[in-house]
Amino acid sequence: MAAEAQNALTDYKVVDDAIPAPLTDRKGDPEAGRAIVANRQVGLCLLCHTGPFPEERFQGDLAPDLRGAGGRWNEGQLRLRIVDSSRIVKDTIMPSFYRIDGFHRVAPAFRGKPILSAQQIEDVVAFLQTLKDQP
Amino acid sequence: MTRSIARGLCAAAAVALILSCPIRSGDAGNIPLDQRRSSYELMSPPTRAMQDDDTANPGTLWVLDGEALWQRESGAAGQACAGCHGDAAQSMKGVAARYPAFDASSGRPIDLEQRIVDCRVERQRAPAPARESKELLALTAFVARQSRGMAIEDVAGKDERLRPFLESGRAAFEQRQGQLNLSCANCHDDNWGRSLAGNAVPQGHPTGYPIYRLEWQGMGSLQRRLRNCMIGMRAETYAYGSPEYVDLQLYLAWRARGMPVEAPGVRP
Ligand code: HEC
Ligand code: HEC
Repeated sequence: MAAEAQNALTDYKVVDDAIPAPLTDRKGDPEAGRAIVANRQVGLCLLCHTGPFPEERFQGDLAPDLRGAGGRWNEGQLRLRIVDSSRIVKDTIMPSFYRIDGFHRVAPAFRGKPILSAQQIEDVVAFLQTLKDQP
Repeated sequence: MTRSIARGLCAAAAVALILSCPIRSGDAGNIPLDQRRSSYELMSPPTRAMQDDDTANPGTLWVLDGEALWQRESGAAGQACAGCHGDAAQSMKGVAARYPAFDASSGRPIDLEQRIVDCRVERQRAPAPARESKELLALTAFVARQSRGMAIEDVAGKDERLRPFLESGRAAFEQRQGQLNLSCANCHDDNWGRSLAGNAVPQGHPTGYPIYRLEWQGMGSLQRRLRNCMIGMRAETYAYGSPEYVDLQLYLAWRARGMPVEAPGVRP
């Protein structure tokens, strides 16, 4: 079953601390990415992070402010940070958004599925690249 | 600077700078005893006032129902709780402060709810009340209320037989789980006091249970709370009454040893 689920994910290649190549053929859409990041049920990002979302009253402070992320990291670095942050910071609390193995006791509804799809990752990465202004 | 580096710096500076250090002692896995805080302290003054005043605390309704049930004869044995235990203000004082406790017949710890279910079934020969039923929450709230203000006992520290269950509870607390791959400790040891999308992350002490939660608009047990956290982690939940929950409850009680019982607590 694990092997079958594995196949559901697109292969990607890590080079240093980045995934330089996009996961999909369709270019990421920053507008769609913003909506994913802001949505507490989809991206979940604002549970932990704060960012330039004046309309969102409830944001987290368990993690760095997202503002300026697009200046601190290039596209490929951002992609790896969303796909599997634990490859950068081993004990990070940031979930691996595009990983399905090595987890314990996943609820049935989420088993064998990544948190975000490949296209959603591309959208989020496209959005994060627009965040050039530091907090 | 990564957080782990920050933590190392904090540890080095801890002796000199205890108060100014923003990073908690998450690496050690445990919150120092003198830094423990009930969620009560994170609540707004109106919510605290609601908990403190019996006439404003919605949990009082369950306590009063529980008191009526305590007096009422029921089951094939025709016995009331009071028939065996008398005045709860005497006989139940301190009981909630030492649960989960070792149960010889099952050879493992049981929580207060299970003790009440067992009495209902074995002594009163009445049907087992369901977990989270009004009846069981009312009786539990009434019994727990008799321990309000008393310090949670270090039951697992004193009773050797509980040790393996304590360790299994600790392991469950520290195990990452669910699609989000978080452990209880990630939030409650390492990030308490921070804001999770606007909610203050509490240390996760079991002092107030059963609680009246404003978000539920109702009463709920500690297991209901644990279930909520597991759903948030996108982890599999256990069936109510499962030994896995009780082991976690035992670890939470040990972690909160010495803290006062607040039942029935009010939580946002
Ligand atoms: C449960 C907490 C959590 C969630 C949810 C989360 N993150 Fe993170 N994130 C972190 C933490 C903590 C770090 C800092 C790295 C570390 O020390 O572990 C981080 C680091 C980052 C970084 C690099 C920070 C920088 O600029 O230096 C980016 C970019 C990022 N996250 C984006 C996201 C996005 C986008 C999402 C949602 C799709 C998300 N995160 C969801 C906790 C989280
Ligand atoms: C991602 C963060 C997170 C994780 C992981 C988490 N919790 Fe919680 N927990 C919370 C928050 C936030 C609350 C406060 C209630 C709320 O806002 O939902 C809470 C409340 C609690 C409480 C109630 C405290 C009180 O005073 O009423 C207990 C007990 C608790 N958690 C235990 C656990 C256990 C055990 C686990 C693991 C099985 C766990 N939590 C996992 C965030 C978390």
